[in-house]
Amino acid sequence: MTLEIYLDLFSQPCRSVYIFAKKNNIQFDHKKISLFEGYQYGEEFGKINPLRKFPTIKDGDFCLAESVAIMIYLADKFHTPDHWFPADLQKRARVNEYLSWQHTSIRMHGAKIIWFKILIPEVLGAEVPKEKMENAVENLNWALQLFQDKFLQDKPFIVGDQISLADLVAIVEIMQPFAAGMDVFENRPKLKAWKDRVREAIGAELFDEAHQATMSIRDNAKTIDPKGLSPLKDKILKFFLS
Amino acid sequence: MTGRQAVKAYLDLMSQPCRAVLIFLKHNKIPHTVEQIAIRKGEQKTPEFTKLNPMQKVPVLEDNGFVLTESDAILKYLATTYKVPDHWYPKLPEKRARVDEYTAWHHMNTRMHAATVFWQEVLLPLMTGQPANTAKLEKALSDLNGTLDKLENMFLKRQAFLCGDDISLADLLAICELMQPMSSGRDILKDRPKLMSWRGRVQSALSDSFDEAHTIVYRLRDKFTAKL
Repeated sequence: MTLEIYLDLFSQPCRSVYIFAKKNNIQFDHKKISLFEGYQYGEEFGKINPLRKFPTIKDGDFCLAESVAIMIYLADKFHTPDHWFPADLQKRARVNEYLSWQHTSIRMHGAKIIWFKILIPEVLGAEVPKEKMENAVENLNWALQLFQDKFLQDKPFIVGDQISLADLVAIVEIMQPFAAGMDVFENRPKLKAWKDRVREAIGAELFDEAHQATMSIRDNAKTIDPKGLSPLKDKILKFFLS
Repeated sequence: MTGRQAVKAYLDLMSQPCRAVLIFLKHNKIPHTVEQIAIRKGEQKTPEFTKLNPMQKVPVLEDNGFVLTESDAILKYLATTYKVPDHWYPKLPEKRARVDEYTAWHHMNTRMHAATVFWQEVLLPLMTGQPANTAKLEKALSDLNGTLDKLENMFLKRQAFLCGDDISLADLLAICELMQPMSSGRDILKDRPKLMSWRGRVQSALSDSFDEAHTIVYRLRDKFTAKL
């Protein structure tokens, strides 16, 4: 039975799962869904994943959400190269340490930028108070500083000499505010060098392909049909702006 | 491993993830020492502690020179390094994935919303001397209710514990977060029999180590409710 993976590549955690599966030649049925069409709230998807989140995999009868859990599961099942999620327990703990920390730092603050700069004003037609935008940028800058000082330091990758799940999860999140027009790599040569190494380790073609939807959001935002997102408008505004 | 020293845990038991780490160490009889770091006194900001953890956060685990932060990483490390019963962090990939799924979801759901209730109702008023902001507290409680709905209807839908028929790291992390609002005397589970049963099962499975770790919460509750 084929492995099904439900993805919208606009979403950061969907990209990490996509890149991981493709890079490791894992065969899967790519179920393309659109967050902007509210697919996650449909009845059909609710049966597959009651948590209604992306990404989700369906491996036979086994359904799983949360990109971190998904990639660890796939790494084990498909015996991917050790560097992604090392068997050495201390190296593995370092990967887990980053994967844990990033939820309420890089991910949380990075995600806001594209919503505040582009999606909320241009698709939902709502105004984002200047103070909220400034706070979001300040918080992301704080997170990026910690990322460089504590997790990257002077190493080529977060854990050791090779790319791991930590770098993959980090890069897809950092690319999101970058796509929104915030140059996170400006005046951060270390971060830029790391990003170039990660892109090369993944493969430039795969990396660019996965990021295409996000990188073109500034041009495409006006073409997104607001009807898909507007039922969620109150929820989105409450989540981000209250 | 000869000559292996006990692990050292830097903890403040007012912190939910610190309690989870201590309970796990004690319950599984993992040799350890504890160094108390009082956040309310700013002890996480001393030069020594900052050298150990530049993030100035607890919990921190030190294992013979290996320093680790983040409670879920710490718990998974301990569960796989020491011989603990399999149910804590099962070896079977599908079962393990369920625990990984919960521990990822936990950050922006259980942890975030339960901690915000505690912050609005207890910590902020204690720090400022002002009464709690009603609107912000109501919002925090509403967000937490959403999380409790999901815990009941999804994770606990057909099973006794969050990730299966037996207690795991998921239940340990969740229970410590859900105990935090009790500091004000508020029982967030009181109208939810399913979650109350689950809490009973978790407490029962953890026995003494649970109450020992939560003494500080009970004391704060008694102090807080005496003021009212």
